[in-house]
Amino acid sequence: MSSLRWSTFSAPSRFYALVNVLNPWLWGLAIALTLAGLYMGFFVAPVDATQGNSYRIIFIHVPAAWLSMVLYLAMAFWAAIGWMLNARMASMLARAIAPTGAVFTFLALWTGSFWGKPTWGTWWVWDARLTSELILLFLYLGYIALVSSIDDAVRGDKAGAVLALVGAVNVPIIYFSVVWWNTLHQGATISMTAAPKMAQTMLMAMLLMTLAFWAYAFAVVFTRAQALAVEREGHADWVRMVARKELQ
Amino acid sequence: MSAAFVAVYTRDIRLALRRRVEALLPVVFFVVAVSLFPVGVGPEPQTLRVIAAGVVWVCALLASMLSVANLYALDHSDGSLEQMLLSGHPPTVIAAAKAAAHWTTTGAPLVLAAPVIGLLLDMSPAALATLVAALLLGTPVLSLLGGVGAALTLGLRSAGVLLILLILPLTIPALIFGSGAVGAVDSGISASGHFSLLGALLIFTALIAPLATAVALRIALE
Repeated sequence: MSSLRWSTFSAPSRFYALVNVLNPWLWGLAIALTLAGLYMGFFVAPVDATQGNSYRIIFIHVPAAWLSMVLYLAMAFWAAIGWMLNARMASMLARAIAPTGAVFTFLALWTGSFWGKPTWGTWWVWDARLTSELILLFLYLGYIALVSSIDDAVRGDKAGAVLALVGAVNVPIIYFSVVWWNTLHQGATISMTAAPKMAQTMLMAMLLMTLAFWAYAFAVVFTRAQALAVEREGHADWVRMVARKELQ
Repeated sequence: MSAAFVAVYTRDIRLALRRRVEALLPVVFFVVAVSLFPVGVGPEPQTLRVIAAGVVWVCALLASMLSVANLYALDHSDGSLEQMLLSGHPPTVIAAAKAAAHWTTTGAPLVLAAPVIGLLLDMSPAALATLVAALLLGTPVLSLLGGVGAALTLGLRSAGVLLILLILPLTIPALIFGSGAVGAVDSGISASGHFSLLGALLIFTALIAPLATAVALRIALE
């Protein structure tokens, strides 16, 4: 094998091979960490003094919310790289990240509302975090809708990159305007930052679940990127080789 | 450079003047949409006064988004957009001129119609004045952002709905500070903070949006 350069895996064929090596590990890691994290969260971590057992959804909710935000930035980053350096694989990676990001955003909203019902007594409040997470979901949906309604793949990649970048520039503005709007409209709702210090095991469980979600996100995004690469490069020799090897 | 701006701007205004009824459609939509709210929510003046600023803003936003979908589509279909971009003038200037023309034909009439609509919703004179000032600062932001969306969705099958999905989340800050200004005046606080933020938003958008529009146009016509 030739020596590694930073751009080595920007070739779809090498990326495909790399993912084939990485993915079993990533899936294994995701499953093992999820089992460990859920065990820690549901059986080891103590019952919360004020919220009882209902707080345990935090082990899904918080990692999902973190990932939803990081994945948007990752998506914008790879879209920009793909656009500026004309790197096909980076554009495909950006496309592959979008559905996973949207799923995590939805998961964060859904588990948040499950958590809100027992603790706040309502499925939804127009709190700054909830509202900005909802807007984030709209941004993901907009990106997915745009790239999937442009038939020409290259134009779709570039237009998606422009939208993702405009969105990424606007995210802080949207976030702070929502925070300000919220403080204007209603008094202090329940602040999660004011919660009492977390037990060591709770923190541990959350960390495990975060790592599990990361591993899952990598695995599923890589798999989707692989599928995109095979679909788009159907004319290339390496795809034919892949097909033949799998047929044998 | 400014010659290109003036040329594109006056051309769009002239085209709008030749299709007067068509140019007035967004305002008509705006008025009809706002007058649906009292019917839906109920005619109590207290309720209407509370929701008035938000209703006017949301309807202005939708009217802008619906009308901006055609900003580049017609020029694209008859080929004049390609000629403009081939003319050698910076596409950013053309994008800025198109957005300015859209504001003049759509945003400005909305601002003019807003006080009348506000009266129907029982707004106080102070609130009305604030609403007009906020719309004056905020509607150009909508035209500028709408231009980005129109360029990104140029020539796509479901361009209209797609544009709304893409751009509405980005207009939320303008909506927050625009209707927030009226809310501030209603509760006896000065709205100057809101106006400063709207102004900052307008400057920021005016710097970024024409660039993004120009890039998106080039991508669409490649």
